Amino acid sequence: MFDPKSLKYQKSHEWLAADGTVGISDHAQKEITDVVFVEPPKVGRKVKQGEPVAVVESVKAAFDIYAPVSGEIVSSNSDAAKDPAIVNREPYGKGWLFKIKASAPTENSVLMDQAAYEKFVASEAANGSH
Amino acid sequence: MTASAVLRRTALYDSHRRLGGRIVDFHGWELPVQYESIIKEHGAVRQRCGLFDVSHMGQIFVSGPKALEFLQKVNTNDISTIGPGKAIYSHLANETGGVVDDVIVSCLAKGRYLVVVNAATMEKDFSWFQKQAKGLDVLLENKSDDYGMIAVQGPTAESLIKLLAPPAADLSRFGALELELYGTTPSVITRTGYTGEDGVEFIVPNHIVVRLWEDLMAQGQSFGVTACGLGARDVLRLEAGYLLYGQDVDDEHTPYEAGYGWVVKLDKGDFIGRDALAKKKAAGLKRKLTGVRLLERGVPRHDTPVIVDGKEAGKLCSATFSPSMQTGIGVGYLDIPDLAAGKKCAVVLHGREIPAEVVKMPFYKSAYLKKGA
Repeated sequence: MFDPKSLKYQKSHEWLAADGTVGISDHAQKEITDVVFVEPPKVGRKVKQGEPVAVVESVKAAFDIYAPVSGEIVSSNSDAAKDPAIVNREPYGKGWLFKIKASAPTENSVLMDQAAYEKFVASEAANGSH
Repeated sequence: MTASAVLRRTALYDSHRRLGGRIVDFHGWELPVQYESIIKEHGAVRQRCGLFDVSHMGQIFVSGPKALEFLQKVNTNDISTIGPGKAIYSHLANETGGVVDDVIVSCLAKGRYLVVVNAATMEKDFSWFQKQAKGLDVLLENKSDDYGMIAVQGPTAESLIKLLAPPAADLSRFGALELELYGTTPSVITRTGYTGEDGVEFIVPNHIVVRLWEDLMAQGQSFGVTACGLGARDVLRLEAGYLLYGQDVDDEHTPYEAGYGWVVKLDKGDFIGRDALAKKKAAGLKRKLTGVRLLERGVPRHDTPVIVDGKEAGKLCSATFSPSMQTGIGVGYLDIPDLAAGKKCAVVLHGREIPAEVVKMPFYKSAYLKKGA
């Protein structure tokens, strides 16, 4: 399991670990609730920062998951596809979605650290949006 | 409805907030879509007991010497088959056989009835009733603002009801009862619901709704009672094969097309839409609401296309992930009516065809549901 303090976050609520692993934040899994479907990207796919690359669905709605950095998908979590509720149970552990090999490492400078992300989530809540 | 329209709140709004309900705009009403989890709430109703605030629904009382004659005129089902203490599910049809609304009519006494209508159609229904009642000695009272409504649904619902309203626990399926609760204007309790499980619906004066809800929650602890939102309700009703008016059926679709031909009693005498419906029945169906289930992973949604024999045969009206069946399910009007159960088809999700098959409705049948008397 990753320490949430060590991760980088983007506004669409994905986290990125130093080794390229990507998942969704605890806040995001709580908002989505009841994850019943996960479609991780295919290994080998080249993606751009901000591009929708995976889908997480709840009973009520589908949510796009955006690549936090550009690069190549090098691993994809088939366990999350088989048991989607794992994303709710362990958003920073077994519920990871895919691993990306960054092609432009400086891109992650636009991502937030945990403190900034929590501030962002609080401001979003204050504005009444999810 | 305009964006600036003021949203309405039921008497239970504060209770929902306290319980952590996630409030959404449902046809102009602020109601909880879920509390903690749709899956948990769904499971509570299938295995134990769930409480739903359905106060947004409308109540129209019909009374007078011609009450039955009037109800026979506006309903497709035969209201003369229910006497005092019984309720019946019915459709209101327009002249072309389209569905104005789906309703539950309860006979409270000879010449006195309660019609429970959908929230979004309440005003439309009442104007329709007023128009059709002209010249008939009948009193129509729209008391939707005076009553709240709580549905208690699930296998343990009867045990809970026995504690709070003992006579209601003896009702058979579609039984109806007027009962004084908390020493005020009588409430109406019907052994009905829209979840596919046993249970009752309490139709009570607004000022006792909160008290009833709190008593049900407190006394229901030992029966596993859980507050449930609209999200769970939508999944439960779709699994049970019940229609959502405005989404699965409307003024443009007939009860036959919706697979609800059993609510149309052509031989009961004249009623609005009878001629059109008789003609449509004789001509045969061009499209029919058909159930499909996915054979692989995926969650179908409203407007998901259905492919039959390589061609798009229609789109799903209602669709979701079914916790009872552990797969995606949906209903849609398909151009090829009466497809056999088991017929292979596909649904298009995120640009890909996912294998599916036609299912005989309903998707889910409860082992606990009490037989009608």
